[in-house]
Amino acid sequence: MQYQSQFVAKPYFIAAVGLFIGQIIFGLIIGAQYVVGDFLFPEIPFNVARMVHTNLLIVWLLFGFMGAAYYLVPEESERELYSPKLAIITFWVFLVTSALTVVGYLAVPYATLAAMTGNDILPTMGREFLEQPLITKVGILLVVVSLLYNVSMTTLMGRKTSITIILLMGLWGLAFFWLFAFYNPVNLVLDKYYWWWVIHLWVEGVWELIMAALLAFVLIKVTGVDREVIDKWMYIIIALALISGILGTGHHYYWIGTPGYWQWIGSIFSALEPIPFFVMTLFAFSMVNRRRRDHPNKIATLWALGTTVTAFLGAGVWGFMHSLSPINFYTHGSQITAAHGHLAFYGAYVMVVLTIISYAMPIMRGRVANSPQAQLWETWAFWLMTVSMVAITLLLTSAGVMQVWLQRMGDTPMSFMATQDELAIFFWLRLFGGGVFFIGLMVYVISFFIKGDITLISANGENKNAKVSISTVDTIKER
Amino acid sequence: MSNAFFTKSIARNIFFGGSVFFFLLFLVLTFDTTRKLPKSDHRENLTEEVVRGKHIWETNNCLGCHSLLGEGAYFAPELGNVYKRRGEAFIKVWMQAMPTGAPGRRQMPQFNLTDEQLDDLVAFLKWTSEIDAQGWPPNIEG
Ligand code: HEM
Ligand code: HEM
Ligand SMILES: [Fe+2]
Repeated sequence: MQYQSQFVAKPYFIAAVGLFIGQIIFGLIIGAQYVVGDFLFPEIPFNVARMVHTNLLIVWLLFGFMGAAYYLVPEESERELYSPKLAIITFWVFLVTSALTVVGYLAVPYATLAAMTGNDILPTMGREFLEQPLITKVGILLVVVSLLYNVSMTTLMGRKTSITIILLMGLWGLAFFWLFAFYNPVNLVLDKYYWWWVIHLWVEGVWELIMAALLAFVLIKVTGVDREVIDKWMYIIIALALISGILGTGHHYYWIGTPGYWQWIGSIFSALEPIPFFVMTLFAFSMVNRRRRDHPNKIATLWALGTTVTAFLGAGVWGFMHSLSPINFYTHGSQITAAHGHLAFYGAYVMVVLTIISYAMPIMRGRVANSPQAQLWETWAFWLMTVSMVAITLLLTSAGVMQVWLQRMGDTPMSFMATQDELAIFFWLRLFGGGVFFIGLMVYVISFFIKGDITLISANGENKNAKVSISTVDTIKER
Repeated sequence: MSNAFFTKSIARNIFFGGSVFFFLLFLVLTFDTTRKLPKSDHRENLTEEVVRGKHIWETNNCLGCHSLLGEGAYFAPELGNVYKRRGEAFIKVWMQAMPTGAPGRRQMPQFNLTDEQLDDLVAFLKWTSEIDAQGWPPNIEG
């Protein structure tokens, strides 16, 4: 590690993994409630558990992005972080806010929580993914602004690379579109219209910039390919992402009371949206093929390749599958949507955060890479989680196709609840897939504790991309 | 990608130019949509009751189980058209009868709404069912 202040990333990554575990536990609870309807009722109703599941996802991904930014920006800027202290204070503020919010969800009825936290002053709650109390929303804003201030100052005072510029644009965009979480017009159509400015313009807009920057950073480190080449790819990818993704928002404006022309705009631009994800895959594989060094961190390289392929499948293929308006007319808000939501989030954002953690954590623990033994465990985790998530996606897709067939097509459609009973077998298998995913996640956590033969970071240039002072090495005591 | 003519700065310019252009176009379309919305959202019917009903909908996190115009969760039926599917009386009795307690069946909580709150909620669901959503959902089952 080049700069001492990069260490602030460590608590962020640890918190990210911790909250990830919480997310999956609640995923298993709602997965069980899908088939055993009264499971944990009335203690934890489905809506509460679902809210914990999705909000923890968003929060831990934010922890991951922030940790990544604090780690990467000093190294790219070639100077210490502007204020490591602020970064640590921000960490605790964010962790406490997140924990209190989850406790609030679980401890009191949602309506009580809303009343307690000033939702009547500025109603923002009760909308999907934006369920957080007003104070939590403000907290998230402050935490992100603190990050932006810190990393922007660092960049301004240091070297400016394409990677930091793109990462910063992504993070500033994240903060900007978050502002729409505070806008909740009484007119439901307008409410929905601007709700997507947070959700869609995040995952199919500014977050793609963050993803491209993190991927490029790790690829430079593990392949040693020239920056000029990588930068050009990065700009092409994010150009394609925003050119297709901004008007691609139209695929959410088909059936919410907005004018019919969105069906054309949404369909056409959605058809372009898989392209940036495809180019990202080409990019990663071509960089790894042209590598100039064999980095000992094999598993970080695997995550980097894996995230591009899985994001292409989940976002590109599964996203496009239901994007054309005549198809979306039938699939809108069905299990097909859930299938896509899972593989896209996992492939693009979960995996890219795990990529940067996989690369940076060993270095922060004073090694070039984890031991081959630990990497083997992490490789198992990679495959267990990825394969089970693909299986979950295929099962939900099958459930979705059948749901559409029974409930939305034909002259004698079945009711929603009767249809759900017919889909039970898919939901049972999905729950089983979730169990395998959870095992994969446990294997992942264990991999951090597996000892073995590690290469400590040395200053003799054996690992050129991670120049580090001898003093850091001296403090490492393995076994 | 070692083409000497297609340089990094060209790629960067396409990114900046393309994003700004399409974002501005998006704003123009947003403006146009905003102008046309009154025709499809029937905002003249947005009474006090409907507004209060939306607040009740939100503060009980109904969207955590149900979908509304296809957005939300997929655990329980679509409610954008429930007013047309079931009607006012059914909705009110339903809300009061929850939870069913039927073993193994998906359960909906009891929200303890007052009669007035139920009126507001129904007004909101009625108004929502009248939004011109381009013919969605495909049939009454949602
Ligand atoms: C990594 C990127 C992406 C993520 C994380 C993501 C995630 C999601 C999620 C969570 C939903 C459900 C939202 C809700 O609850 O209502 C959704 C819906 C949707 N996504 Fe994506 N998505 C991504 C990329 C894409 C792409 C590239 C396309 C098109 C090619 C696409 C097309 C759609 C469509 C059409 C819907 C609406 C489904 C419906 O009508 O129910 N998505 N996406
Ligand atoms: C053990 C594995 C998991 C199980 C059993 C599970 C189960 C579920 C269930 C039952 C829902 C609610 C669907 C509904 O609204 O009716 C859901 C929603 C969701 N989950 Fe998971 N989940 C798991 C893992 C994950 C992971 C790893 C991610 C992120 C990559 C994730 C992201 C989401 C998202 C984004 C939604 C909202 C989907 C939408 O609105 O379309 N889940 N999950
Ligand atoms: Fe989208």
